[in-house]
Amino acid sequence: MEFAELIRTPRVDNVVLHRPFYPAVEGTLCLTGHHLILSSRQDNTEELWLLHSNIDAIDKRFVGPLGTIIIKCKDFRIIQLDIPGMEECLNIASSIEALSTLDSITLMYPFFYRPMFEVIEDGWHSFLPEQEFEFYSSAVNYFVTLRYFFSFELFCVFQTSEWRLSYVNKEFAVCSSYPPIVIVPKSIDDEALRKVATFRHGGRFPVLSYYHKKNGMVIMRSGQPLTGTNGRRCKEDEKLINATLRAGKRGYIIDTRSLTVAQQARAKGGGFEQEAHYPQWRRIHKSIERYHILQESLIKLVEACNDQTHNMDRWLSKLEASNWLTHIKEILTTACLAAQCIDREGASILIHGTEGTDSTLQVTSLAQIILEPRSRTIRGFEALIEREWLQAGHPFQQRCAQSAYCNSRQKWESPVFLLFLDCVWQILRQFPCSFEFNENFLIMLFEHAYASQFGTFLGNNESERWVHCSHGAISFLVVLVTS
Amino acid sequence: MEHIRTTKVEQVKLLDRFSTSNKSLTGTLYLTATHLLFIDSHQKETWILHHHIASVEKLALTTSGCPLVIQCKNFRIVHFIVPRERDCHDIYNSLLQLSKQAKYEDLYAFSYNPKQNDSEQLRGWQLIDLAEEYKRMGVPNSNWQLSDANREYKICETYPRELYVPRIASKPIIVGSSKFRSKGRFPVLSYYHQDKEAAICRCSQPLSGFSARCLEDEHLLQAISKANPVNRYMYVVDTRPKLNAMANRAAGKGYENEDNYSNIRFQFVGIENIHVMRSSLQKLLEVNGTKGLSVNDFYSGLESSGWLRHIKAVMDAAIFLAKAIMIENASVLVHCSDGWDRTSQVCSLGSLLLDSFYRTIKGFMVLIEKDWISFGHKFSERCGHLDGDPKEASPVFTQFLECVWHLTEQFPQAFEFNEAFLLQIHEHIYSCQFGNFLGNCQKEREELKFKEKTYSLWPFLLDDQKKYLNPLYSSKSQKFAVLEPNTVSFNFKFWRNMYHQFDRTLHPRQSVFNIIMNMNEQNKQLEDDIKDLESKIKQHENKQTDGVLTRESLHSVRPESPTLKTSLCFKEQTRLPVNDALRTIEGSIPADNRYSEYAEEFSKSEPAVVSLEFGVARMTC
Repeated sequence: MEFAELIRTPRVDNVVLHRPFYPAVEGTLCLTGHHLILSSRQDNTEELWLLHSNIDAIDKRFVGPLGTIIIKCKDFRIIQLDIPGMEECLNIASSIEALSTLDSITLMYPFFYRPMFEVIEDGWHSFLPEQEFEFYSSAVNYFVTLRYFFSFELFCVFQTSEWRLSYVNKEFAVCSSYPPIVIVPKSIDDEALRKVATFRHGGRFPVLSYYHKKNGMVIMRSGQPLTGTNGRRCKEDEKLINATLRAGKRGYIIDTRSLTVAQQARAKGGGFEQEAHYPQWRRIHKSIERYHILQESLIKLVEACNDQTHNMDRWLSKLEASNWLTHIKEILTTACLAAQCIDREGASILIHGTEGTDSTLQVTSLAQIILEPRSRTIRGFEALIEREWLQAGHPFQQRCAQSAYCNSRQKWESPVFLLFLDCVWQILRQFPCSFEFNENFLIMLFEHAYASQFGTFLGNNESERWVHCSHGAISFLVVLVTS
Repeated sequence: MEHIRTTKVEQVKLLDRFSTSNKSLTGTLYLTATHLLFIDSHQKETWILHHHIASVEKLALTTSGCPLVIQCKNFRIVHFIVPRERDCHDIYNSLLQLSKQAKYEDLYAFSYNPKQNDSEQLRGWQLIDLAEEYKRMGVPNSNWQLSDANREYKICETYPRELYVPRIASKPIIVGSSKFRSKGRFPVLSYYHQDKEAAICRCSQPLSGFSARCLEDEHLLQAISKANPVNRYMYVVDTRPKLNAMANRAAGKGYENEDNYSNIRFQFVGIENIHVMRSSLQKLLEVNGTKGLSVNDFYSGLESSGWLRHIKAVMDAAIFLAKAIMIENASVLVHCSDGWDRTSQVCSLGSLLLDSFYRTIKGFMVLIEKDWISFGHKFSERCGHLDGDPKEASPVFTQFLECVWHLTEQFPQAFEFNEAFLLQIHEHIYSCQFGNFLGNCQKEREELKFKEKTYSLWPFLLDDQKKYLNPLYSSKSQKFAVLEPNTVSFNFKFWRNMYHQFDRTLHPRQSVFNIIMNMNEQNKQLEDDIKDLESKIKQHENKQTDGVLTRESLHSVRPESPTLKTSLCFKEQTRLPVNDALRTIEGSIPADNRYSEYAEEFSKSEPAVVSLEFGVARMTC
C-alpha cells in the first residue's frame, strides 16, 4: 500500500496553528506518510512535527468557509488547526484519520526512521553484559536474542548455585509472551517447565524477576494457576515454586486481585493457589484494577485537567471521581508490601494476577525500584523496563493503542504503563535525591510508549518484536543512554 | 501557679497519631507555668506552650489509663495516656485554666525574658519603621501627604496614628468620610506604586444602606483617583460575596453606588467571611486527622472543606489588584466589612505580588507590620489570645501565610525566605511570647505599654535568618519583577508542612532543600579555605628570601579536599554539622523551633541514598 493513496491533500497554505504554551503560527501544512508538519517557513519559529501515530482523536468544526480541526494527541496535547476552505479541511481530516489508524505494524514509522545521529551501539543488544557476550552468542543461535540480558544485577544470581538459564522457550512454543531465555530454579528441568506452563495462564510459568543480593530472597512472577472449579493441581508447579524457598522458610504469594475476583476466575478455568497444596506459602490478596476501568479513570482525569472553568470544587471532585490516585495508591501499597516481604521479612514472593502481564509487572518493577538502587539510575531503569515490561510481555501495542481522548473503547486499551510511570514519579517526589533521572525522563518514556520513531515499544511481546525487529526498527533505549 | 496541682506525672504514654500499629512512647509529663513538657525514655523533649493549646479533651477511661487529647493552634495534636485518672483530671483542669487567660498581663510575653537590656529592647521595636517604609514607596510626594487627622486616634481608634491620604483631601473631607465608613475606617493609602503612580488604598464598607450618600466620601474617592496622574478611573473592590454585601445594606451599611461616585469601577471578588473560614479550617482538620484516610475521602474532604477554594479566592483578588495597577495603571480601593480581615489579606498579598521588597525577609516583616498590625487586624481576637468569644477567632492570617506559601511554590526563586520562616511566624502569632501580635490595634497596644513590657519578635528572627534563607533566591532577577501566579485549580495543594508539621511520619524522608543548604555551607567553607591558603602563600612569598617559589609550595596550595570529591546530589550525601541551622531563638525553648528539630530529624535519619538501609527506599503509603 502506498501512503500517497491515503493522502488526499498533501499541502495547504495559510493554516493557523494554535497550541498550548506557544503563540499562534500561520504557515503551510504538509501531510507525509507519518507526519503532520506545519511550518511558517520563516526563521526562528518552531515547526510542528506531529507523528500520526500520536493522534488520539480529531474533531472538525466549520464556521463559514473556515474549517477547524482539533487534534487530540495521545500525549494529552490539544492542537487546533484553522484551515481555509472546506474541502481542504475535510480532506486533511480524513487523511489524518486514515493515517493515524494504520493497523499494520510494519507500516509504522519506526520501520522507516533513520536516525541523523550515529548509532554507537545497537540498542537491541545493549543490555547484554560484555563478559557474558561470548557465552550467549555460542549458546543461543539467534543473534537477535542476544539482547535479552538482563540488567547487570541479575547476574549475581548465577554466582549462586540455585538458578539457571533455560532456553525452553526459544521457539516461543511454551509461552508466546515470554522471551526465549528465562531464569528458573536449577533443580527444575525443562520438561517440568513445559508441564508447569500448561498449568499457568498463557503458559506463563513462574520465572525469576528479581534477586535481592542482601539476603538472597527473590521475586518470581507468573500467570494465574489454572485450578478451575474442581481444584486441579500440578505437582511440578508446586515443586517449582517450593524450589525457590530455603529450608524451613516460608514465602508469600501476592495475588493482585481481590479474593472475590480470584474466586470468580475459577469458573473460567483460572484460580489461585490452595493453601493445602502450597503449605509453605501464605497468600495475600490485593486489588489492583485492570483494563477499561483504568482507561476510564484516565479519561476522567484528563477531562478534569482540561476543565476550563477553573473552579476549585469542580477540580477536586473530578479528581476524586476519576479514582486515578486511588489506583496509584493501591499499586504502590502492593509494591511496598512486596518490598517489605523481601527486605524485612526475609521471605521470597511470587506475584501474579490473571495473565501476569499488567498489574503483576507494575508490582514487580516498582518493588525493584524500592529495593534496588541501581534501578533508580538511567541505565538501570531502562534495563528494568526492558526486562520487566518488554521481555515480560506487557502488550504495549494493545494497551497503548489509544489514550485519553478516544471514543471507541476497547477492553484491552489501558494505561497500565502510564500508571507505573506515575507511581515512579510519586516515589521520586518522596525521595528526590535517590534517582539519577528526573521527571522529564518519565514523561519521555510515556510519550515513546504511545508514539515513537523507535521500535522499542512496538508489538505485544518478544515473539512479535522478534519477527519484526530484523526489519530494521531501532530501539531507542540506547539512544537515550548515549545522548 | 495556683492552677497547677500536679507538676509531674510518670509513666505517661504518648501515642503516635497516624501509626497503624498503635506505637507509643513512654515518659514523664511535667507541667510548668508556661509549658507542658513530655520527656520520653530516649530523653527526647516535646514542649507545648500553654498558649498554643486550643482544646483539651479527656476521653473515657481505658484499661491502660486515662486518655488526654490536646489540640494546639499550630495544628499539633498530642494524645497522652495518663495511668491514673486523678492525675489526668488534675492536668486537664490545670491546662484548661492555663490555656485561657483573662488578662494580657498574664500572657507569656510579660514574663518572657530574653536577657536584653532596655535599649536593646527599644532598638528591637524600632527595627521596623513604617515611616521609613512609606518613604521607600515614594510618599509623601506631590500627590500624597501624611495626614495628622488621626494623630490622637480621634477619628479612628483602630487605625494607626500616621496615615497617608491624597494631598487634595482636606481634614473636613476626611472627617466627613470617616463618619460614613464603618468603624470610622476611611480610605487611606496602603501601597504606592512609584513607577505607575498608582495606589492601593483601603477602608471599610460605606454606611450607604439603600440610598444614603456622603459628599465628603465621594470627594475623598475622587481625590484618590485624581492623585493618579495617569489614569482617571479607579477600581473599588469589595472583597465580599455580593450577597453578603447586599445583606449589609439592610443594616445601614453596604457598598458604593457607582452612580454616586465619579470615575469608579465597582467590583465584588467574593471572599467569604471569618465564620465561613473558621468552619472551613475546622472541616479540613477533621478530614486530615482521620486515620487510614482513603484517597477519595481525602479529596472529597478537601473539597467539602472549601479551604483551597477560599485560598484561591484570596489569591485571585490579589491578582486583580496587581493587574489593575500594572496593566491599567489604575488605583484600587479595597474594602470588606470592617476592612481589617479580607482587606488586609488582599492589600498585603497584592503589594507582595507587585513589590519584590516584600519578598525579602525584612520586607515581609514590614508588610506584616504595615497591613496587618498597624491597620488593626484584630490579632488577639482572631487568634484567641485571651479567653473571649470563640466566634471572633478565625484563621485569616494563616490563610495569608498559605497564599504566600503557594506563591513560593510557584516562584521558588522569588522569595528570600523559605517555608520555615512562614511556619515560625505562624507559630508566634499564637505563642504570645512576643508583643507584636498581642492586642487588636495600635491604640490598645500603646495603652497597655507593650513596647516597654514585652519584646519584638523581628530582631530574633533576623538574628536567626540563616535558618530562614531560601537557597534558590535570586535577588537580581527579582528586581522590579511582578509575580503573575497561575491560579488554575491544580496549582493549589494541601500544605502538608503547615497542617501536619508535627506528624513526622507523614513527611518525605529526603529534602532537596537541606541538601542545597548544606552544599552552600560547604561552598562557603571551601571559599574560606581558599582565602586562608592564599593568605598563607602571600606570607610564604614574603618570607622567601630569594623570592622564588618552589614547585612544592605551589603544589600545597591546592590540597586535595575530600569534600570536593563527594558529589552531594545523587550518589552520596555528605552532611555538615547542623549546629548552625539548629540554633534556636536565643532564650526561647527548643519547643518553639520545631522546624529546626525537623531539620535535625532530616539530617539524622536522612538517607544517603545508596547506603540507606541497604539501598531500600521505605515508603509511606
